[in-house]
Amino acid sequence: MSWAKRVLRVNLTEGTCKEEPLNMEWADKYLGQRGLATKYLAEEIDPKVDPLSPDNKLIIATGPLTGTAASTGGRWSVITKGALTGAIACSNSGGFFGAELKFAGWDMVIFEGKSPKPVYLLIQDDEAKLMDASQYWGRTVWETEKGLKAEHQDPQIRVASIGQAGEAGVKFAGIVNDLHRAAGRSGVGTVMGSKNLKAVAVRGTKGVAVNDPEAFLKATQEAKAVLAENAVTGEGLPALGTQVLMNVINETGALPTHNHRDVQFDGASNISGEAMLEPRRSDGKPNLTRNGACFGCTIGCGRISTIDPTHYTVKDREQYQIASGGLEYEAAWALGAATGVDDLDALTFANFICNEQGMDPISFGATVGAAMELYEMGVITKEQTGGIDLKFGNAEALTTLAELTGKGEGFGAEIGLGSKLLTEKYGHPDLSMSVKGQEFPAYDSRGIQGMGLTYATSNRGACHLRSYTVASEILGIPEKTDPLSSDGKAGLVIAFQDATGAVDSAGICVFTTFAWSLDNIAPQIDAACEGEWTVDKLLEIGERVWTLERKFNIDAGFTGKDDNLPKRLLKEAAKTGPAEGKVNELGKMLPEYYSLRGWTDDGVPTNETLDRVAL
Amino acid sequence: MGLAVSDFREVHMEKALLLDAGKCTGCEQCEVACSMINEGVSNPAKSRIKVFNFHDEGRFVPYTCTQCDEAWCMHACPVDAITIALDTGAKVVSDALCVGCKVCTIACPFGTVNYNPSTGKVIKCDLCGGDPACAKACPTGAITWVEAGATGYEKMKSWAKSTDAGARANA
Repeated sequence: MSWAKRVLRVNLTEGTCKEEPLNMEWADKYLGQRGLATKYLAEEIDPKVDPLSPDNKLIIATGPLTGTAASTGGRWSVITKGALTGAIACSNSGGFFGAELKFAGWDMVIFEGKSPKPVYLLIQDDEAKLMDASQYWGRTVWETEKGLKAEHQDPQIRVASIGQAGEAGVKFAGIVNDLHRAAGRSGVGTVMGSKNLKAVAVRGTKGVAVNDPEAFLKATQEAKAVLAENAVTGEGLPALGTQVLMNVINETGALPTHNHRDVQFDGASNISGEAMLEPRRSDGKPNLTRNGACFGCTIGCGRISTIDPTHYTVKDREQYQIASGGLEYEAAWALGAATGVDDLDALTFANFICNEQGMDPISFGATVGAAMELYEMGVITKEQTGGIDLKFGNAEALTTLAELTGKGEGFGAEIGLGSKLLTEKYGHPDLSMSVKGQEFPAYDSRGIQGMGLTYATSNRGACHLRSYTVASEILGIPEKTDPLSSDGKAGLVIAFQDATGAVDSAGICVFTTFAWSLDNIAPQIDAACEGEWTVDKLLEIGERVWTLERKFNIDAGFTGKDDNLPKRLLKEAAKTGPAEGKVNELGKMLPEYYSLRGWTDDGVPTNETLDRVAL
Repeated sequence: MGLAVSDFREVHMEKALLLDAGKCTGCEQCEVACSMINEGVSNPAKSRIKVFNFHDEGRFVPYTCTQCDEAWCMHACPVDAITIALDTGAKVVSDALCVGCKVCTIACPFGTVNYNPSTGKVIKCDLCGGDPACAKACPTGAITWVEAGATGYEKMKSWAKSTDAGARANA
């Protein structure tokens, strides 16, 4: 139990929905969500497939703890070959959609083919059918979600959909659920759009059973107490959200600024979590309206914000004078520091638009940052931008481009290429701050050495969530390591990658790991699921998942040469702060990493390694 | 008819659920806990307590039965299927007696009694026999289990503070 043990297979070309049993042999080896869906994808598609062709598949997957009483048990993921990267993509979201899918009695939905016309999938418990989506095509995520609830006269329907960005082929389009939670990265929304699939609407009333309810309640209650008593999950995240990091990372000298030209941002405090609590002059209210939790989450890091009603972005537009998903640290950084914009309301507005149009604020902001650098170099002209003065720090340029990019219009269509294609097009590929085509998140790897290796080796392109060594290097969790030293970071990255592979396959949030180790997680899975689930078994699964993703990428054509960082991080030293004079020492860490992983010097898992992880 | 409300009052120190919407994050742990206790599975669709998300206003509001003394549902029930639990004062539905007529769902002014299509009976909060699972599961103190006669005290205290003009003038 805890798995629903049912997979919904939707053939969009044929217009069919079929039930099949979950492969429990694979569930035992890959647990669920990220791991299990990656196994399905790797078995079912050719890794060389064009991500936007009908031959690519898109899998929506929950984990065994999704929908249960476990804290943060609302996570779900989208697994596909990424449109932004051409690599394995796994984008994780929270909100309420994933739990609802599980309540309806499904572990995952596999979409294959391409619909001849726009459709949405409607799931009501056991019943699943494809419906005409012509009235929603061309609409935003917000309009689509509201429309579907009205159409079916059911406010409790949960919706995951793409906005105009996904329809327009913006390379970093995401899938947004519950209005502002997102499977945001790697272009999973672009893949969904290429299939003419607008939305998935689900209502579940069957519930999720666990194997041993008494043991499960005990294990989850003990684990919740650990979260409540921890300084990060019990205090920092509830008080300031992930934005607790803005000032901390800036002081560390690891806040990438102006397309990574700088590592500290003068305006950081203006866009920080603390700034979100300051009452503003116009209406006396702070930016932060409320903490909003995802399903089952006892941390509650989510921010619900409002924009100053007198701000230029919204003063004549009442539809944005509402409370909605506010700035998380990654969005605040990408929309702010990366572009040099320190106008909190402008960033909140751009973030609203990213949610409304379904695009990744990290890749969007970082791509705008790259375009700003090209503009200041004179490579991109005001004629090409359609009159937008694209200099660093221009809030209006940022907010205008958010709207244009979301619709794929004007210079927004260029931003929608992502930084890799955009900088290549304008002849400066070195200025794309990305790995495998995916833009960096909010940590500069010159000031946090382990993150350089994290980014370079991440299977879905640059990502902080695959091995968040920031926890160790900055916050001292589980133990403090020196962020400026690359010594021992290969082993640290591997430990984080493997543990995270297990967490992401379970249905819970990786933020729990600020407080939980696998010792806290294993008993919850063990009580929820059949079979024996130990820490060792979870670590084996983590490594197996990591290696499977790596194998997929190698079969897709990636090599060790793609485990690299842009020249800027390897050659241009940090100019200020504690990391002044440092570059990232990837060249030192990578060979050690390959060796510890049991991979060849070219980064290919050896046959012995594949045998060891049972692949 | 069985015991009257007055009989109950003589034998019991009453407690009540105190709902403080200002503290709610909308996580639905209360709904999960309620359905686990009552249905054996995690299933918010069958929860006796619901959290409402007033999205555009940025508000989350938990709501459930407040256990009226002269409960409309109890008085309306034609088969006396809703009775007072002696130990808690909760108005409790007897599945054995309930005929699923739904008259109580009409009588209740607050909408907190609802029909369960999968059993043909109505469901409502029964205070879990005096140890409400929702209050235990709430991570933010938005739902607490307190003396029934003191549910306003915290709010009173915060207002009291601002009325203490005299003390400030003397200080």
